[in-house]
Amino acid sequence: MEVINEIRFSMPSLSVNEAAARAVVSAFMTQADPTVEELSDVRTAVSEAVTNAIVHGYRGTKGKVELTVKLLAGREIYIRVKDAGCGIEDVEKAMEPLYTTAPEEERSGLGFSVMSSFMDRLSVRSKVGRGTTVTMRKRLAAHDD
Amino acid sequence: MGIDIRSENGAAIAVLSGEIDHHSARDMRAELDRFIITMQPELMAMDFGGITFMDSSGVGLIMGRSKLLRECGGRLEIHNPQPYIRRVLKLSGLERIVKIR
Repeated sequence: MEVINEIRFSMPSLSVNEAAARAVVSAFMTQADPTVEELSDVRTAVSEAVTNAIVHGYRGTKGKVELTVKLLAGREIYIRVKDAGCGIEDVEKAMEPLYTTAPEEERSGLGFSVMSSFMDRLSVRSKVGRGTTVTMRKRLAAHDD
Repeated sequence: MGIDIRSENGAAIAVLSGEIDHHSARDMRAELDRFIITMQPELMAMDFGGITFMDSSGVGLIMGRSKLLRECGGRLEIHNPQPYIRRVLKLSGLERIVKIR
């Protein structure tokens, strides 16, 4: 993967940083001149991944969430959201639509469904006690210029 | 994030603005629930025209308010969601339990 540009943003697991993560992604993506829909898709997927890290990864504890955004050759956006939280015991189960471990917080269980339908590729690696890394990619529509 | 709730003849309209994520949904939830429990409206319409961002936290917010309204003998409608927010709503299957106009 040929990287044209890359940023890394590290934040404490505070819910107020969900909006900050979206703002970072929006600012970075401007250079690729995405459509409104493409930008919305990526912003939403990032919001879901960062929220998962805060709500589930670091449930009741504090830690760091690391967001990496890359612009790859061929107008592809690469996103990585990494936490060092509790990890996911059964990734397959966690990715089932409507499955949630936090119904009392009104989590809808749709986070991974949103990520996979708004992005082209989604991969989740997790180790119990070590943390979770979500990577996603989305190719933006070709440009005339 | 903003909420402006008006009520007339048993029907309430909650005009929402700003972004709905896990962080902002908490305050919205508290304010809407306070109103629903106190006023027990027959119908509550949540106007999404001014919502500029929503992730799946918004789905949880809608589902929870719909449930509370039903328990109080009322129902919920969603008005004016932007096309992009409609996509999140569609993915959730919410249209089957809440009317979206």
